[in-house]
Amino acid sequence: MEEEREKGQPKEEIFENAKGSLHIIPARCKGCRICIEFCPAHVLTLDRKRLVVTVSAMEKCIVCGLCELRCPDFAIFVEKKTEK
Amino acid sequence: MTERREVFVQGNIACAEGALYAGCSFFAGYPITPSTEVAEHLSEELPKRGGTFIQMEDEIASLGAVIGAALTGAKAMTATSGPGFSLMQELIGYACIAEVPCVIVDIMRGGPSTGLPTSPAQSDLLQAKWGTHGDHPSIALVPNSVEEMFSETVRAFNLAEYFRTPVIILGDEIIGHMREKLSIPAPGEIEIVNRKLPDSDGVCRLPYRADGKYPACLPNFGQSRFHVTGLNHDESGFPTSDPSIVQESNARIIEKIYHQREMIDKVEVRYCDDVEMLLVAVGSAARAAEEVVEEYRRKGVKAGLFRPVTLWPFPKKQFREYAERAGRVVVPEMNMGQLRTVVERFIPSSKIVPVNLVNGEPIDPEFIIFTIEKCR
Amino acid sequence: MFDYSVYLRNEKLPHIWCAGCGHGIVLKSLIRAIAKTGWDKNDIVLVSGIGCASRLPGYVDFNTLHTAHGRAIAFATGVKLAKPSFHVIVVAGDGDALAIGGNHLIHACRRNIDITLIVFNNGIYGMTGGQYSPTTPLGDKAATAPYGHIEPLFDVAELAKGCGATFVARGTSYHVPQLDEYIYKALIHKGFSVVDVIEACWTTHGRKQKEKYKDNLEMLKWQRDNAVPFAKAQTMSAEELKGKFITGILHQAERPEYVEQYQRLVADVKGGNP
Repeated sequence: MEEEREKGQPKEEIFENAKGSLHIIPARCKGCRICIEFCPAHVLTLDRKRLVVTVSAMEKCIVCGLCELRCPDFAIFVEKKTEK
Repeated sequence: MTERREVFVQGNIACAEGALYAGCSFFAGYPITPSTEVAEHLSEELPKRGGTFIQMEDEIASLGAVIGAALTGAKAMTATSGPGFSLMQELIGYACIAEVPCVIVDIMRGGPSTGLPTSPAQSDLLQAKWGTHGDHPSIALVPNSVEEMFSETVRAFNLAEYFRTPVIILGDEIIGHMREKLSIPAPGEIEIVNRKLPDSDGVCRLPYRADGKYPACLPNFGQSRFHVTGLNHDESGFPTSDPSIVQESNARIIEKIYHQREMIDKVEVRYCDDVEMLLVAVGSAARAAEEVVEEYRRKGVKAGLFRPVTLWPFPKKQFREYAERAGRVVVPEMNMGQLRTVVERFIPSSKIVPVNLVNGEPIDPEFIIFTIEKCR
Repeated sequence: MFDYSVYLRNEKLPHIWCAGCGHGIVLKSLIRAIAKTGWDKNDIVLVSGIGCASRLPGYVDFNTLHTAHGRAIAFATGVKLAKPSFHVIVVAGDGDALAIGGNHLIHACRRNIDITLIVFNNGIYGMTGGQYSPTTPLGDKAATAPYGHIEPLFDVAELAKGCGATFVARGTSYHVPQLDEYIYKALIHKGFSVVDVIEACWTTHGRKQKEKYKDNLEMLKWQRDNAVPFAKAQTMSAEELKGKFITGILHQAERPEYVEQYQRLVADVKGGNP
């Protein structure tokens, strides 16, 4: 965590599909499971070892953004691919 | 206006005029006898000058609004009496720890509780120092005339701005309501002190950095973004419970007063060079004490008067100097012995002649003399 | 992708709120709403009282003022009057705003001063360990109600409306897109705006209601299942609404705003027309 902060940016895990991407910052995740529980497409799951959120089914993700809206900890972000 | 103005006014009005002279642009208060004239005068004068007057829903809100306004850069004041002063205690501590300049006027009346709303007393002297919880700095000034209600209020604002701390004016119902001539100085005659501001804009990283024993130099809101809290905090303004930082910053906010106390100290001394019977008094009790000293001197008794104008911090060095010379130290006050508890720390209690009155009547020279003679 | 970091004191994260606490959800909603206003960060003053919600100002990059318990609105009133060009936002918990701060709340509503209050309403005093507050549900157990809470609770929206607030909305930490809209509209409304945000504290409150909730997620589901949008509520009977709460923009009115009235008074006085 210290190392990440020194660089100025905490480590991000990025998951992509055709519709967009999910950006997870594990260092910030407190494992509250709100995003997992309320994801309408069942994309997310709890990493049992680290007790933080991770993506188990990115192909199902519709980049609705609800995980980002309901995350209290700035730990998960959604980026939609813009249509040309 | 470039000339002095000669007026004949109540002490409370003089206090309000002093605030305006000092640059007060914000008053928030709650009606309470015998202080209301301060608020009423400012409710009339502040709008004329583009300043802000608001009557808040209670005394706590009044001081809260004052502190909020002060953080934007305004010179802000409230006025109250004992019951309201009691309510304000928590936020006085807030202004102390957050280092926010503001002036609180307490026109003392009979207490405790509702007490005697329209009668004088001096029962908040110790509360002005010890009222709020926690260790904190205290500056309290005690005017004893209409003129001092003006000039000490100006001084209160100057001290608040320089030391970044709340300053209390302890008036009483006599000083507040009596009328005397006041010569209001022309602008520029009395120096007005404005708070020093740091050179920052954008984000101010260390608003509470101070060199050892000096006040912090916070920006104003809008000048530079920073955080203000009543939690113990470090130089950055953010909360900390680090023992060494807390110890240091708690000590600094008190030490900043003592380190430059010569800027705060003010005492009036009469006939003390050869004093044998020293009268120690503040405010309206000191007016009576003056008479007593004159009376004794006419009879050949070497009486003298030691009158702290700045009560807190207490001028113990100067006091000791005169008290040690005197055989007796007379302490007339309109309370049960608050000033006496301070005086007792410096001289043997056998030397002290307390003169206490808490019946709502002004303490008069006859009563003081009667008590002194009774104690022979 | 929305960049929250512009509005945050990033070095202060992670925030102190528990896993699953709604405060972080509301904080983000507030940030998105502020971003939408386009206001300059230097012109925003964020004021809070004491409690978990009141820790919010430390995390955001504005002029921030963490005051004493219940007194945020009083300080905010002073700030706004002394410098009307500031956008003043108050964040406070239910205990802070409605119990100890109740008096200041009702008068700010009455004055209709241009300040926005967001009540982080989780129905408990969380910071001090879960004592009951003026919005703790009747019957719930709490640290100071071991046998169940016997006091009825405030309807924050009705209280604010009754005292004269000119914008009143209720949202939840579950219905986030709607919350963004309510907070944004509250911010840009000229007058005293109140947004009552129904939230949940699992750590000090939910945990003690064993028959009601299994975990923090069930508290959010309770919000999902018991919130009734305003329009729908108009079509429901009192019996149907039992146990539910109404969300939406519940009240909006035009009334003279306090600072404007004061400025008008000053202009009149200075112009010789008192």
